[in-house]
Amino acid sequence: MTKYSALSVFRHALSGNKNWGRAWRDPEPKSSYDVVIVGGGGHGLATAYYLAKEHGITNVAVVEQGWLGGGNTGRNTTIVRSNYMMPGNTMFYERSMQLWENLSQDLNYNVMISQRGQYNLCHSPGQMDAARRRGNIMRANGIDAELFDREEVKRRLPYLDYSENARFPIHGAIYQSRAGTARHDAVAWGYARGADQRGVDILQQREVTGYLWDGGKIVGVQTNRGDIRAQKVALCVAGHSGHLAHMAGLRLPVETHSLQAYVTEPYKPLVDTVISFGAAHFYISQSDKGGLVLGGDLDMYNSYAQRGGLPIVEHTLASAKALMPCVSRLKLLRHWAGVMDMSMDGSPFITKTPVDGLYLNGGWCYGGFKATPASGWCFAHTIAKDEPHEDNAEFTLDRFNRGYQIDEKGMGPQPNAH
Amino acid sequence: MIRIKCPICGLRNETEFTYGADATVKRPEMGEQEQQPWVDYVFNRDNPRGWHKEYWHHVQGCRQWVVLERNTLTHEIGECKLAREVEQ
Repeated sequence: MTKYSALSVFRHALSGNKNWGRAWRDPEPKSSYDVVIVGGGGHGLATAYYLAKEHGITNVAVVEQGWLGGGNTGRNTTIVRSNYMMPGNTMFYERSMQLWENLSQDLNYNVMISQRGQYNLCHSPGQMDAARRRGNIMRANGIDAELFDREEVKRRLPYLDYSENARFPIHGAIYQSRAGTARHDAVAWGYARGADQRGVDILQQREVTGYLWDGGKIVGVQTNRGDIRAQKVALCVAGHSGHLAHMAGLRLPVETHSLQAYVTEPYKPLVDTVISFGAAHFYISQSDKGGLVLGGDLDMYNSYAQRGGLPIVEHTLASAKALMPCVSRLKLLRHWAGVMDMSMDGSPFITKTPVDGLYLNGGWCYGGFKATPASGWCFAHTIAKDEPHEDNAEFTLDRFNRGYQIDEKGMGPQPNAH
Repeated sequence: MIRIKCPICGLRNETEFTYGADATVKRPEMGEQEQQPWVDYVFNRDNPRGWHKEYWHHVQGCRQWVVLERNTLTHEIGECKLAREVEQ
């Protein structure tokens, strides 16, 4: 497998770019593995990568129903940040941010991480107080955070609506300068290539239809193209966690909801950062191709359909226009939906399950993409050592039995509210 | 756009309604002493990929709560009844 470098780009250019090797193999499955990971998105591939790299477990297969990164990995708005304040979340997301910062070098694959900063706007004195508290907690944990007043936000983001008519006046913002965006497909591909290089088998177009049982223990998966035995089966199928857990006889504190995202026609450079509206659920950034990338609210009803309804399109675009009147005449180029595991407290699971041999990574709500590196890193640790790392110790299923929900927004057990 | 056939108002747009919750969840008896039934009631869900029974509130219409059957995979709409007429 060739190492990617400026020299290799130059050398391959001389031969018309006709001789690039495949980035990963398409192997026939072995009959058994130490670990079978279900789901070939960012989280599953990252888990395989860190199992091999950090724990030397290379007899691993990643089983994917469709193609790599074709689920939520390719459907998010590519934002990475670590502005969490609840114990259990804060350091987990900061680990992720630190892994992001060196990911391209680590994988020898350009994931196009761009630390362009992220603003969370505040629209009331109460929101400013909450932002100050969040910022202080972040800084106490060594994470960068800055609080800006209205004048500073106006200086930095002059294209927002500061007029008398603004529906939600901007009081200020909390800013994380290390936050930004990354190329989401490249994350899946980079982890896939890195895992494959270390011996992991990536098995695409293979749908898991059930489990192999030995007594009460799971010892493999049934797929539509044959059974695969495994000592440990690890689910990384956020959006469908409920469905795959149901096959194992588990009910999860999760509902599946669809979340839409949007890209406008390409436009000259306008938004050189990431902006989250504080008055409605809305965020905006600009891709390298020039399209404004918009994200909004859930459709609010349970859905596995991977397509959204038009009322939320209207709602999101109304939010865009309330925040940035200048975008009103831009046309939408595409919009799509992904299906989210909306957990009952808005926080994820990286844990062993009550079923022997089954491990769960899911419940990512809106926030799976930014978590990808730490999710894989912590899940690999949990699988290899059979106990969680300190950074994912709180992401258990039984936190609901014990009354230890990690409810970052304080919304209570209402999945579509997180 | 989902179109819901409200038993009182007839076929109306989804935007007149607010989604409530999973209508298959049953509250345990108030005297229930075990913890698990309460955990299941408050937190755990079947979350089916397929037909789902759910509460919707016709908040911008007749203001009645209805129980709607809807397919979560296809968004197909099934039966819609007044919640108070659905046996608990």
